[in-house]
Amino acid sequence: MQRLLNFFYEYRAFFTFLLLEIFCAWLLVENNQYQSTKFFNSSNRLAAGILGFSQSTREYFSLRQINEELGRENAQLRTELERRAQALTIPVKNDSLVRYDFVSAKVINNSVAQFKNYITINRGEDAGIKPGMAAISISGAIGKVKSVSEHFSVLISILNIDEQVSSVLKRTGNFGTAQWDGTDPRIVNLLYVPRHVQPLIGDTVLTSGYNAVFPEGVFVGIVKDVKLKEEALFYDIRVELGQDFRRLSFVKIVKSQLKTELDSLEKITIGKPQ
Amino acid sequence: MNRSGIFVGIYFAVYLLVQVMLFKQVVLFNTAFCFLYVAFILLLPIETNSLILMGVAFLLGFSIDIFYDSLGLHALSLVLVAYLRNYWLGTITPQGGYDAGEGPTLVVNGLQWFMVYSLPLVFVHHFVLFFIEAGGFEIFWFTMLKVITSTMFTMVVIIFLQYFSFDRRR
Repeated sequence: MQRLLNFFYEYRAFFTFLLLEIFCAWLLVENNQYQSTKFFNSSNRLAAGILGFSQSTREYFSLRQINEELGRENAQLRTELERRAQALTIPVKNDSLVRYDFVSAKVINNSVAQFKNYITINRGEDAGIKPGMAAISISGAIGKVKSVSEHFSVLISILNIDEQVSSVLKRTGNFGTAQWDGTDPRIVNLLYVPRHVQPLIGDTVLTSGYNAVFPEGVFVGIVKDVKLKEEALFYDIRVELGQDFRRLSFVKIVKSQLKTELDSLEKITIGKPQ
Repeated sequence: MNRSGIFVGIYFAVYLLVQVMLFKQVVLFNTAFCFLYVAFILLLPIETNSLILMGVAFLLGFSIDIFYDSLGLHALSLVLVAYLRNYWLGTITPQGGYDAGEGPTLVVNGLQWFMVYSLPLVFVHHFVLFFIEAGGFEIFWFTMLKVITSTMFTMVVIIFLQYFSFDRRR
């Protein structure tokens, strides 16, 4: 026993090292699991406060661009309002009105150059945000909510090598999966589009609504490059994102009102996974 | 000890804040990052106990991780650097040994020695960091590009700050 203790004491540096690294690795694995309300991320009050301060300082240098973006959003909302006003004279199907609710929020922390990018926003639980909700902007899909605190939330950006978005080619109606390859923050790949489809450069890519997160038909991007290797089962399609993530300042969180209903219906029909 | 403990605490906070408020935003060519906070571990006094070194490294890495939303990643890489540091210092002891109470700095030991000391450690840190983040070797060359450019960027900033550090005694 004495010798065992001596042994541990002799190599205490190594064992401490091992212990710390195992703990870190456990944190890493745990953190990769999707959806959680954890304290140790940038949505906690102190971290978000510091990041928010740093962001508000930087904002002075990009006020012009933020203004432009807000102006554009304003214009789009006006058009929308006009259209709604016209449409109200005709009876509207009820469910499309109540299906989605939006919370708009400001980005206080964002990165594009890492492999796993996250976005911190200044709205949280108090605005009704829950893990798993979708985030969109005026120019396209952004990501989904990973964790929330009282006043802040962390989103997984589409620019995250683990994030997949079920998408559809608008013209042909074929499904695919949009996933980032970790290199260029303007481009994502559209995977699993089979050979028999004929995608063209310039085709629009939308979210498919087959995933539980995004509503159907949110703009993702435009096909920029199509390649088909010999004997490959699927196309290599590169899609230019609608949203330039380097200039992201406002997002909208989509609250799906019917999500619980959909989930429970699916659970009854398909049954609980064993 | 108490006095130097306070200094270490202040440096800790300064490195943390500078990293998350300034250098987190600075990414050159979309590949070159500057992880200046590694210098905090590199520049602690030579006789620092390696247990303390690893403990401090874990705390700093963990704090950085909170801001980067990458729990465990920076902590793991920095603890590795802290563990290797004292062995590496022992291996490259200059003739006549180190002066008692000095840090392993550029000013005390010269540029060449400092490069030999810090470059491999910074490289190991960045290598582990980026490849764990990438989740393996699938995007090997792009990740390697990130490792190399970031190592250069971090080294340039560390050396630059060493030349302009205020406690320049010689």
